[in-house]
Amino acid sequence: MNAHTALRWTPLFAAAALLGACQSTPKPGPTTDKPPEAETPVAGSSAIASGAVQPVRRPDSVTGAPLPGTQQDFVINVSDRVLFDIDQYEVREDATDILERQAAWLNRYPAVQVRIEGNADERGTREYNIALGSRRANAVRDELVNRGVSPSRISTVSFGKERPVDPGADDEAFRRNRNARTVLIGGVR
Amino acid sequence: MKMSAAVLAAFLALSGVSLAPSDARAEIEVDVNRGDIRPLPLAAPDFEGQRGAEIARVIMDNLSRSGLFAPVDSAGRQSEVTVEPDFAVWKSLGAQAMVNGKVHLVDGRLQVDFRLWDVPAGQQLLGLQFTSTPENWRRVAHKISDAVYERLTGEKGYFDTRVVFVSETGGRLERTLRLAVMDQDGANPSYLTDGSEIVLSPRFSASSQEITYMALRPEGSAVYLLNLETGRRESLGQFPGMVFAPRFSPDGRQVAFAVEKNGNSDIWVMNLVNRQSRRLTSDPAIDTSPAFSPDGSRIVFNSDRGGSPQLYIMDAAGGGARRISFGDGRYTSPVWSPTGDFIAFTRQGGGKFHIGVMRPEGSDERTLTSSYMDEGPTWAPNGRVLLFSRQEAGGEPHLWTVDVTGRILKPAPYTGGASDPAWSPLIN
Repeated sequence: MNAHTALRWTPLFAAAALLGACQSTPKPGPTTDKPPEAETPVAGSSAIASGAVQPVRRPDSVTGAPLPGTQQDFVINVSDRVLFDIDQYEVREDATDILERQAAWLNRYPAVQVRIEGNADERGTREYNIALGSRRANAVRDELVNRGVSPSRISTVSFGKERPVDPGADDEAFRRNRNARTVLIGGVR
Repeated sequence: MKMSAAVLAAFLALSGVSLAPSDARAEIEVDVNRGDIRPLPLAAPDFEGQRGAEIARVIMDNLSRSGLFAPVDSAGRQSEVTVEPDFAVWKSLGAQAMVNGKVHLVDGRLQVDFRLWDVPAGQQLLGLQFTSTPENWRRVAHKISDAVYERLTGEKGYFDTRVVFVSETGGRLERTLRLAVMDQDGANPSYLTDGSEIVLSPRFSASSQEITYMALRPEGSAVYLLNLETGRRESLGQFPGMVFAPRFSPDGRQVAFAVEKNGNSDIWVMNLVNRQSRRLTSDPAIDTSPAFSPDGSRIVFNSDRGGSPQLYIMDAAGGGARRISFGDGRYTSPVWSPTGDFIAFTRQGGGKFHIGVMRPEGSDERTLTSSYMDEGPTWAPNGRVLLFSRQEAGGEPHLWTVDVTGRILKPAPYTGGASDPAWSPLIN
């Protein structure tokens, strides 16, 4: 279902940092093509200088995945944010998959409480954007309720334009900052 | 504007002792309605006595920042308040008006005598004395600035005032917001909150000692009343959803604000005496950012009930809403001028944000500013100058001022990251 399960390490810290790391290309580790620093002759190290090399077995790989029912599981395997069009709060067609998964996940873990945080891009004034973010948060709430999640498990808040995820000042940043984020606030395993 | 006996009398009542006011007509005058006029050359040589140079500098800075006065270099001359100035010399330096003064310490109190002179006419326009504590010398300088401004323009001054605002520090993703208050010239800034939560939209009450603001936390928002003098803070109480955009009524007895429920924001008002809240709008559209008219009878607010955010005016009791903005773009954050003649707003159009003004009837719309992000105007108490926040793309917001004609646009003296300014009334 997703490409993130083949993580080479187990994330234990904040979901935001985790997401960032997952989206970036892994840095290449040391390879044998590059001359190891130790090849430089060292005084008294005649064995290396003479070319006698002892091979070392490559370590077995360790795979990691989020524990089911955790914040990491929700963020990575479900996705916690849906995006909105400019000045709109109707849930977009391409968000319904994510909301479907969010609802299914929440129905599987009925003890979990969520808060939906509505956000707006910076191309609007402060107070209007707070109202707009509230509309977005509530639109997501309604979608989850329609898919069987009890309204008593859901609270909403709007951060307006005060909590962007992208610091940029271009259309791509604005696109990402127009969102509603579903945050697990209680009952997480 | 000529000085009338009534204005003079009111002025003297306000200001205390008169030294020897001239009742002669001023020949020089400044028209605040014409920002394109040449600023009046004004000299304010160092006052004699302790703090005299600093007082003169604050006066000069205030008046030249208004854009209506141009500082004249006093060429090292100090003021001699006890004798008539040598008008020929001040004329040769290019001064049309001149302020001189002397500072005395009397029984530990600071006493400042000053006079305002019409240089071409060789006449005294004002002679006043202010007394306060020595630490309060800046306020004395602001009061003198207001006196000079009022005498020469015929309009009330706005220098003995404060500004409450949101201080913004840190990068875009880890921004810290703190409420802060400072003198209108940026002096004496101090924080009111510690930065641990998002704080927005501070507004003064008519008393200038109390503010209302919104705190925004993950678990919800709250509107507070905060007394600046005592530090006492109280919440307006619990509401079903978000509560935001609070503003005092002109008499300070009510607060209008927006309450969100199930995604829909409407305007409410709370009577601060009996704590009863009443809903003023019930429209499925976003209604927010209410602002009272100075007589308290009407409220201008922001609504997207017509399909995009526009400005509407309704009765302060609710009802009778009608749209007043019909220009190109999206209109938000309206503020009624303290003098009642204009409504200032933020307009988004053509990919930019603008501060503009229009008559309460919606006529005479003027765009005053334009940038990547100009937002959140607030009026000086005399209704001639606006303070707002400006942010360039990717930058942090800073405070700017513009006069009501749009011709005098300047960065505000406070240079730190700042937004959501609110100007106090004149301090009594």
